[in-house]
Amino acid sequence: MKLLPFAGAALSALMLLSPAAQAHKRWLLPSHTVVSDTQWITLDTSASNDIFFVDKAFPLDGVRVTGPDGKDGEIDNRLEGHRRSVFDVHLNQQGSYRISLFRPLYVALYEQDGERHHQRGDSPEALLKAIPEGAGEVRISEVISHLETFATVGAPTTEGLAPTGKGLELAPVTHPNDLYAGETARFRFLVDGQPVSGLEVEVMPAGTRYRDSQDAWTVTSNDQGEVSLEWPGPGRYYLEASHGDDRADHPKADGRRLQYMGTFEVLPL
Amino acid sequence: MRLGVMRFAIMRFAITRFGIAAALCALTAGAWGAGFKVELQVPRLQVAEYHAPYVAFWVRQADSGAVTPLGLWYDDQEKWLKDLRLWWRRTGRGQSAPYDGLTGATRRPGTHTVDFSELPALADLPKGDYELVVEAAREVGGREVVRLPFHWPVTDATTVRADGEQELGAVELYLAP
Repeated sequence: MKLLPFAGAALSALMLLSPAAQAHKRWLLPSHTVVSDTQWITLDTSASNDIFFVDKAFPLDGVRVTGPDGKDGEIDNRLEGHRRSVFDVHLNQQGSYRISLFRPLYVALYEQDGERHHQRGDSPEALLKAIPEGAGEVRISEVISHLETFATVGAPTTEGLAPTGKGLELAPVTHPNDLYAGETARFRFLVDGQPVSGLEVEVMPAGTRYRDSQDAWTVTSNDQGEVSLEWPGPGRYYLEASHGDDRADHPKADGRRLQYMGTFEVLPL
Repeated sequence: MRLGVMRFAIMRFAITRFGIAAALCALTAGAWGAGFKVELQVPRLQVAEYHAPYVAFWVRQADSGAVTPLGLWYDDQEKWLKDLRLWWRRTGRGQSAPYDGLTGATRRPGTHTVDFSELPALADLPKGDYELVVEAAREVGGREVVRLPFHWPVTDATTVRADGEQELGAVELYLAP
């Protein structure tokens, strides 16, 4: 019984201003993070609103495992499904592994007939070609995102966790596989290898599907680029931060958007 | 359906000993006349990603738990309807578009008024204790339910108020005989 349709709501100003903030959260979820002997682990990846339940799959291009010796680790059983992508990682030596997905891309923002549009692509040239004639306010941004998680056999090590020096990265002060409920962890955030102060990092506990609020909180990095995180309880947490500047490598890009997304497991003690 | 409403109007005339003029007035107006208006605040939130909340309104009979859907604000994305978890379980999952009651687009932050007075479903409510249930759920946000108790039919003009804490601000129900 549809009686009186209400007037349509005005378009969100936020939506117009920041299309990048509308995306689902992308994540990697390891089956195990702290193990006592060499073994295979498996990872789910998906983009979703309710952390860590799968929703939209994304391709595994750019997946990389860095072993405790700094060399590439072994990946098997890549599966790109409808709702998630999956792969296995062989933890075949003692120490810590970084499992990451790194894929730079470019985004074009433009205005046409009073509407804002955005488009993704692999190069500014391709994007500029695809923008329709008569479009205004064209802006090309380089997007560098690090999506990562960690797993350790035996005692935690840091050789395999060395920053690449490109984009927004986490440098462990507290080791990411040495996190326990009731303790405070410290992480340092770097932009192109240099500590970044004033960075806002959002922390979200897993399990939003089973509660009525997001329960996320934000911490801000200090002059050394460090944030302190007090884990309210054991479980998996999703960390997310982004940073914008005009230091794009490509001459045709106007600026860049740096993103960091990480999954951390906090154990009870 | 139309016949049912007419018959009910006449029955009501007998039961409540309203004057003939009042009954005629109600009949000629094509509605039964009482007021049932809801004013609610959609709070402004400082969040990185904001989507206006989906909101559902229904009336629940205190004793039987019988549900009468009143309205739904959503943006034609069926995908998120299940996040109105209580509404979904009580009535939503048994329906399909167009949903029962007054449906419309989501509302931006601010104070909004919805007038359910003309809704035939309300006219059909038997005498008794009820609560108006308002549920809001926001994508990448939270969910909240507020309940406003009232007695039916309304004998005196009354205002019932409940305050949400997260996803809803003040919710007021204006009742008039």
